[in-house]
Amino acid sequence: MPLLNIRNLSVAIPTPDGDVHAVRSVSLEIERGEIHGVIGESGCGKTMTGMAALGLVPKGARIAADRFHFDGEDLRENAARLRGRRIGMISQDPAAALNPVLSIARQMDDVLRAHRDMPRQARHSEAVELLAATGLPDPERVLKSYAHQLSGGMQQRVVIAQALATGADFLIADEPTTALDVSVGAQVLALLRKLVAERGLTVLMITHDMDVIAEACDRATVLYAGLSVETGPVHDVLQRPGHPYARALLAALPDAAPHGAKLEAIEGSIPPPRSQIDGCAFAPRCPQAMPVCALQAPPERTLAAHRWLCHLPEGSA
Amino acid sequence: MELTRYILRRMVLSAFVVLGVTFLVFIVAQVVPSDPAALYAGPRPTAEQIEKARQELNLDAPLIQRFAGFAKAMGTGDFGVSYKSRRLIAEDLRAYLPATLELAVFSTGLALLIGIPLGVLAAARQGKWPDRLGSFGSIAAVAMPTFFLAMILQLVFAQWLGILPLSGRLSREISVTAPLSMMTGFNLIDALLAGRLDAFGDALKHLILPALTLASYPAGVAMRLTRSAMIEILERRHVTAARALGLSEPRILFGHALPNAMGPALTVIGLSFAYALTGAVLVEIIFAWPGLGRYVSEAILAKDFPVIAAVTMVVTICYVVMNLLIDIAQALVDPRVALS
Repeated sequence: MPLLNIRNLSVAIPTPDGDVHAVRSVSLEIERGEIHGVIGESGCGKTMTGMAALGLVPKGARIAADRFHFDGEDLRENAARLRGRRIGMISQDPAAALNPVLSIARQMDDVLRAHRDMPRQARHSEAVELLAATGLPDPERVLKSYAHQLSGGMQQRVVIAQALATGADFLIADEPTTALDVSVGAQVLALLRKLVAERGLTVLMITHDMDVIAEACDRATVLYAGLSVETGPVHDVLQRPGHPYARALLAALPDAAPHGAKLEAIEGSIPPPRSQIDGCAFAPRCPQAMPVCALQAPPERTLAAHRWLCHLPEGSA
Repeated sequence: MELTRYILRRMVLSAFVVLGVTFLVFIVAQVVPSDPAALYAGPRPTAEQIEKARQELNLDAPLIQRFAGFAKAMGTGDFGVSYKSRRLIAEDLRAYLPATLELAVFSTGLALLIGIPLGVLAAARQGKWPDRLGSFGSIAAVAMPTFFLAMILQLVFAQWLGILPLSGRLSREISVTAPLSMMTGFNLIDALLAGRLDAFGDALKHLILPALTLASYPAGVAMRLTRSAMIEILERRHVTAARALGLSEPRILFGHALPNAMGPALTVIGLSFAYALTGAVLVEIIFAWPGLGRYVSEAILAKDFPVIAAVTMVVTICYVVMNLLIDIAQALVDPRVALS
């Protein structure tokens, strides 16, 4: 049974101008011990999916799903309890995720005190150990520091140590490397891989960066306009993408273009989040669109563990 | 290290502020259309008496020399004598300043104790009834004229309920039959030092109404500022992160958001302390509080310039010192302040 099991999740945020469909229909199956990448451009609903799993959607937002389970518990009722106990978050911008006016020691200790019944001294040594586990060279000094005195990479390691301090075994990492230098980002990814291997963690990796998927993830799900359009082992998704959107994303990578050639771009833009979608959400931008695409929701195509939604028959790419 | 340098820098700046005020006070004394010699010489003076007073006050010396003399006197705390009463101003101040400071400090503390928690509560329950009630209360507190609030409080608590004294600093039973020996001049502290719980309670009772009156406006401001600062901070990413880490809501509110909101709240302390020092004039008159406010308002009516200058200087110094302390506190609360 998958650790996180989501079937047709939707999140609608009511506004005076009508509902914003932040997530239209996302299905995700995340197995224990894997790093599962969720990729898509901004506004595709990837962050909101993560927030829904944490129970941190904006006030008034409506969540609906055929299944929305974490380890057998329904997240619609238990998200607030599981958050910080089983489910942790690593956010995009570590500088913003740390409180600027509290020392790292205070912030680590607060998390430990909320989750572990330990005396003060034990909490301190636990904090030191956790910081060391994230590869910070001088944990005692880090504990005495404030966020602004640390580099971006160090801040992100502190954030990861905080998530570990909760005792969570499932981490939602929302673009954990976006705010970091490329080399530092690669180190953070390597650290996450190491922690997954050593501590049996499971990670949901939200990203817009194909390189992050290739580098760190075991499986990946592609989101488009609030819909999960393709999912499968990273190798399949990257080498033999089924959905035309996934193919277009890969073609748009600068590395894919021959030197000197014009870079590929996906024409058009994503459907407005307030609109109703009939048929395939990608049809207006799809180079292979057929008349049926605009009318009917696409069927699911399956190739072993690799699944995608498309009217095109398998192998027609 | 950064902190020490920051504090030193603030102290130098504060010294300049005091110097600037000294200069202003001196200049104002020169341009005010009244002759100090005539005042000093007493009622209906003759030309010779005025001339004698002019020499005594050294008013014919060059401006620079007189400013130097004035600045030196202010610096050494020798404020001269009152034109009117011929009493040593420094001695008057020793009696009146503690009374005003006691009232100002107490009312500022009261304002913060009321305003900050209400602001936190309003922000936590934004748009719900505690917020609406708090917002209404804060506007009422800010809008209410001091003299009106003072009279209402006197009417309710002294006249109708009879649980608090109408005015004064101590009951006659204490001040006449068993007076406190003046050590600090702060009745609350003197009573504690003397181990006189009866006097302490009496002084506290006398403090409550004038302090509440003075606290009303700054409490309203503190509530509004704390509320808006908290609302902004509760939207920040690190608060969401704290929630995602499973911290309890009270812990987030008071441990992870209020410290960030303390910057604006601390600024209010400075403002409300200044307000209490100057606002004390009216309140002291209504409550027959023997403090600087009453002292200086009489001096203003009598054009008793040395007294006005002395009180201005003393209030300036109190204010500057208070702000210096707040700047330091702000640097302690938010380690980034010392860097900017």
